[in-house]
Amino acid sequence: MLYTFLTGPGLIISLIVFFGGLAYRLAMYFKGLDWRLERVAYKPYLAEGMKGGLHSAYKWLIPYGTYGWRAQPFFTLCFFLFHTGAVLVPVFLIGHNVILQERFGFSFPSMSQVPADILAVATVIGAILIVLRRIALAEVRILTTTYDYCILALATLPFITGIIARLHIGSYEFWLICHILAGELMLILTPFTKLSHIALYFASRWQLGADYGIKRGGHRRGPCFPW
Amino acid sequence: MPEGQFCNKTPVTTEEALKALLGDKGGKQYYEEMSRLDVDAEKLWASLQKTCKSRTLTWLEICAHCGMCAESCFLYRVNERDPEQVPAFKIQSTLGEMIRRKGQVDNAFMRRAMEYAWARCTCCNRCGQFCPHGIDMGVMFSYLRGLLYSQGFVPWELKIGAGMHRVYKAQMDVTSEDWVETCEWMAEEQQEEWPGLEIPVDRANADIMYTLNAREPKHYPEDVAQAAILFHLAGENWTVPSTGWEQTSLSMFAGDWEACKGNVQEVYAAIERMKPKRVIGTECGHAHRATVIEGPYWVGRPDGKPPVEYIHYVEWLAETLRAGKIRIDPAKKIRENVTLQDSCNYVRNHGLSNFTREIMSYIVEDGYFVEMTPNRECNYCCGGGGGFNGIGLFRHQRNVALRTKRDQLLATGATLVVAPCHNCWDAIRDLEEEYRIGIRWTFLKPLIISMAIVPDHLQPQDNDEEDAE
Ligand code: HEM
Ligand code: SF4
Ligand code: SF4
Ligand code: SF4
Repeated sequence: MLYTFLTGPGLIISLIVFFGGLAYRLAMYFKGLDWRLERVAYKPYLAEGMKGGLHSAYKWLIPYGTYGWRAQPFFTLCFFLFHTGAVLVPVFLIGHNVILQERFGFSFPSMSQVPADILAVATVIGAILIVLRRIALAEVRILTTTYDYCILALATLPFITGIIARLHIGSYEFWLICHILAGELMLILTPFTKLSHIALYFASRWQLGADYGIKRGGHRRGPCFPW
Repeated sequence: MPEGQFCNKTPVTTEEALKALLGDKGGKQYYEEMSRLDVDAEKLWASLQKTCKSRTLTWLEICAHCGMCAESCFLYRVNERDPEQVPAFKIQSTLGEMIRRKGQVDNAFMRRAMEYAWARCTCCNRCGQFCPHGIDMGVMFSYLRGLLYSQGFVPWELKIGAGMHRVYKAQMDVTSEDWVETCEWMAEEQQEEWPGLEIPVDRANADIMYTLNAREPKHYPEDVAQAAILFHLAGENWTVPSTGWEQTSLSMFAGDWEACKGNVQEVYAAIERMKPKRVIGTECGHAHRATVIEGPYWVGRPDGKPPVEYIHYVEWLAETLRAGKIRIDPAKKIRENVTLQDSCNYVRNHGLSNFTREIMSYIVEDGYFVEMTPNRECNYCCGGGGGFNGIGLFRHQRNVALRTKRDQLLATGATLVVAPCHNCWDAIRDLEEEYRIGIRWTFLKPLIISMAIVPDHLQPQDNDEEDAE
């Protein structure tokens, strides 16, 4: 019963809130940009802005691809351990795609089970390392709030519960329901929390890249700002 | 106490008020008054609502609190990695908190914010380069300075600096008459060595209009002469305007956006009046930032560009040497280890790193140019940026900050550093005074003059004819 609701209307509501919410946040972000306040002539130099902006968003998605990532090798490892699974597993997991196919009549290509398992475990390990780092390093401790831990928990819970269910530890049904609940909770809360960075990362990175592309040097230094 | 005699929310707009404020030596009474200055929380919140929009709000919201920006900030590194110097902490606990409290903050909060905005950040923008979300704390600190300034919480020297710009249209008390006089005097003084050298004032339709830093006419008039000599050597058709020649902006350091706009309007008006083909600014980083990069936006130009092409001195010099309009005597090239200071304002923030290196390639003998580590876009601030150099209250913090550049310089083993930026030049002078590492520092102009080949027709003629008479 609960299972049918959660994978039916529950799933639909979660996805609508997630995508609708993120689309709204993106729209509001760009609507709130103001060339005079930021002092960036977005419109007259849209081409330069797009080039600089996309380059900046793209460069930071490559592990060790920027000065910033290379300056922090350990954290970069944690980040990509965590994020690779966090982004890929939900979309390409065969179990998810079966449900998508059943409910909506379409699905993404699926990855096989072994890499999915590895990525999911990597996500959890990444999260644990991020927590340990938060506790261990004074410069991170001073920034850390309870909210940060809640966000990490919210993001990691679907993976932990998913792994437990998959390993059939205890009651499969129970953990499966927990997993779905955790996943949908995350989807629903994403637009209202820092997890909105899933979309806003691209907005913020685009903006700074465009800023450098249009105003702060642009073509003078070669193709793009050397991130 | 609501408003002090000196420390208050009103900008300095008259010569009389400026002199009175200057008379308060070291800002003794000024800071005393500041400790009791009221915060107009309604006004603060109103201006936050009006000017703090999605870019800044998103920056503050999605900051992952990951601390990757910590190591990027030279002030964090040089202050023994004090967690309270982490850029994200600095901005979250000031601007971020101000917004969370909807502007309901007290005097102590504002004074702490002032210390953070001017003594814990030089607006070098390096952290923004190292944050995975592209959160630029330097930009936000500059914005915070504006909010603090509007409430009267600004270091004494910068209140004066902004007042100077408002009263004299220059960062120092150099009037248009003083300036024109300096030009005449400098041109005259050079006649013996450089016959025919001119400093043409207000010549319309010249190829080049030159703008500079008021310190040059005020304290280093030889710098004006040097600029003239190099234009003379290169055979340029150039001019300076009688008004609108001052390119710098202490008001930008102060966060006085009204005054910033005024400065830039003055310069652009000169451009419109004299219609030069292009404008060249002196060897100054923040002047370039203020007048070329940010200035167009302050005056509301939708294309974000000055009225005509406006370049930095190093761009002109690179071009001139490349074209052979000034030739360097190979025998006089630098033969000692020499390094180069990358000014954040036109390197990180305007991409000019190749121009300075091109110049170095013409004037330094192979093998003697040593890069600092890190360099170019990744370079650290000299330690005195964003007004830090000039603030007496924060002198101790500034001197600590200089250690970054000191150690970078020591690591190069260089005995000379080329610093084509007034602020960086000052900072390096001060660091030598403070730490005695045996480094010499120089602008490009005197270096080039000392190495240039002077063509015969520009040489002083022998006094033969006169003697014969
Ligand atoms: C394309 C999508 C995504 C991008 C570009 C992205 C990017 C980022 C960036 C740049 C950070 C800041 C650096 C850091 O603290 O690690 C971050 C942090 C974080 N992201 Fe993502 N992310 C994405 C998707 C996700 C997803 C799907 C989740 C959750 C399932 C997630 C959860 C988190 C969490 C919890 C943090 C904070 C980590 C910490 O505590 O340090 N992200 N993300
Ligand atoms: S690096 Fe960026 S996201 Fe991380 S703490 Fe600093 S400002 Fe925040
Ligand atoms: S702008 Fe520069 S000085 Fe300011 S916080 Fe960032 S790195 Fe530090
Ligand atoms: S003084 Fe020089 S090094 Fe320092 S912030 Fe300004 S331009 Fe950068």
